[in-house]
Amino acid sequence: MSEKAVQKRSTAMVIVFLQHLTSIAFFFRETLRWMVVKPFQGKPLRFKAAIIQMDEVGVKSIPIVSLASFVIGIILVLQTAYQLQKFGAVDYAASLASVALAREMAPLLTAIVLAGRVSAAFTAELGTMLVTEEITALEVMAISPIAYLVVPRFIAMLLMLPCLTVLADVVGIIGGYAVGTTAVGIRSSLYIERTIDGLMMKDILTGLTKSFVFAGIIAMVGCYMAFVVKGGAEGVGKATMISVVTSLISIIIADCFFTTIFYLFL
Amino acid sequence: MTESEPIIQVRNLIKSFDGRIVLDGINLTVEKGKVTAIMGGSGCGKSTLLRHLIGVIRPDSGEIFVRGKDITKLDETGMEDYRKHFGMLFQMGALLNSLSVHDNIALPLREHTKLDEKIIGMMIKMKLELVGLRDFEHLKPSQLSGGMQKRVALARAIALDPEIVFYDEPTSGLDPVVSGVIDELIMNLSRGMNITSVVVTHDTRSAFKIAHKMVVLFRGKVVAEGTPEEIQNSSDPLVQQFIAGSPDGPIPLRQSSRDYLEDLLDME
Repeated sequence: MSEKAVQKRSTAMVIVFLQHLTSIAFFFRETLRWMVVKPFQGKPLRFKAAIIQMDEVGVKSIPIVSLASFVIGIILVLQTAYQLQKFGAVDYAASLASVALAREMAPLLTAIVLAGRVSAAFTAELGTMLVTEEITALEVMAISPIAYLVVPRFIAMLLMLPCLTVLADVVGIIGGYAVGTTAVGIRSSLYIERTIDGLMMKDILTGLTKSFVFAGIIAMVGCYMAFVVKGGAEGVGKATMISVVTSLISIIIADCFFTTIFYLFL
Repeated sequence: MTESEPIIQVRNLIKSFDGRIVLDGINLTVEKGKVTAIMGGSGCGKSTLLRHLIGVIRPDSGEIFVRGKDITKLDETGMEDYRKHFGMLFQMGALLNSLSVHDNIALPLREHTKLDEKIIGMMIKMKLELVGLRDFEHLKPSQLSGGMQKRVALARAIALDPEIVFYDEPTSGLDPVVSGVIDELIMNLSRGMNITSVVVTHDTRSAFKIAHKMVVLFRGKVVAEGTPEEIQNSSDPLVQQFIAGSPDGPIPLRQSSRDYLEDLLDME
């Protein structure tokens, strides 16, 4: 490819990226408007739909989130114990693992699991609805698709992801305890003491703040990608893939950003 | 045909996508209580015209007056209000797959009225009786055949007793008997309930049966307009080719603009 063609293509890519960025911002604004402003103008929120979605994205994610965080808890304790043995401070593996879980691993891991599970489901479901004209039908019946479809999903994610993160905190610590008191050989009472000493409220709260942001990213990317589906089944498949990749990358970037801010200012 | 008042007036509607002109100055009038068929081959712009009429896309220029109001300039609340006054039957029905037949028809009623569930239930039964599917209330759309889905979609479209119903290819993909049933329903709605119908179709047989007035589009322009008899006797070769469905005539089969030989020689 000639230099000019490369230049032309990269400019086009930047333009497409910026277009998506502005339209996702608009999409986010519309969602907030239907969630925060419209309920005061006689358009009530759809709590029933939100509860159905909370079951779908939250309750049904409990097994997989528990499994993943239990295993991560085990891994964290084993990996830190391996290093701490050299200093004879193996019991500090307990506090290290619990702090790492609360501040970083639990929010990130839960968000990654849900990015795969939920943004894919949102994009596939709503994208199919777009292709079969169901979304146009809603619009033509004077029912806002944002209010009817997006807002309940957004609310469900905002409420459920922090809950799942707390669950992941707890189950992860239990996993660490299980392996720490057996394979690593820390006394049970010491392990619990180290965990409670090491863990501060700040650690859990910064983790929850992050999970709140991740929830917004997953819901917005998942729903937005559905609304820009082009073409039929192939388009839905492609959009679903892009939606998972985009939310994963956005989560990791946002995580880096927030961790830096918390490290510097808190 | 008796004169009656126009309910929809389209004036000089122009729309282009990515520099390609799809609607090129459309003018047409739809009369109240009548069935107007908008016909034309694939890609002639009839679906785009319909999407303008339901306010899903906005034109580059031109106006659409519905009951004297220009709908191309409505704001969000105005558009919402306009949309409560018409129904739309989509090509594939566009029923919400996650809801039962009952809930699909109840949706506009629950959204836009404050009626009691009991009354809504009664209204649903009435609408379903109208389309002959009263016993299917509790099934999901996926459990119904294509023709049945369309009839349920029609019941949903008329749930709020609209003044206007738009139909997007109401008979496409249906067997002749079910097509006949849908045609019959459209005629009954128009004659019995004085509903204005705008039917976008390429099914000429059904259009000649149901329409009071026909409009033929070709390449984003209205090429013929009149009663079914006038269209039938039109001297325009374009119209004649379209209604006869013959492959020879002024409507080109090939849609590429480049010269064939040039295109072949250009290949490396």
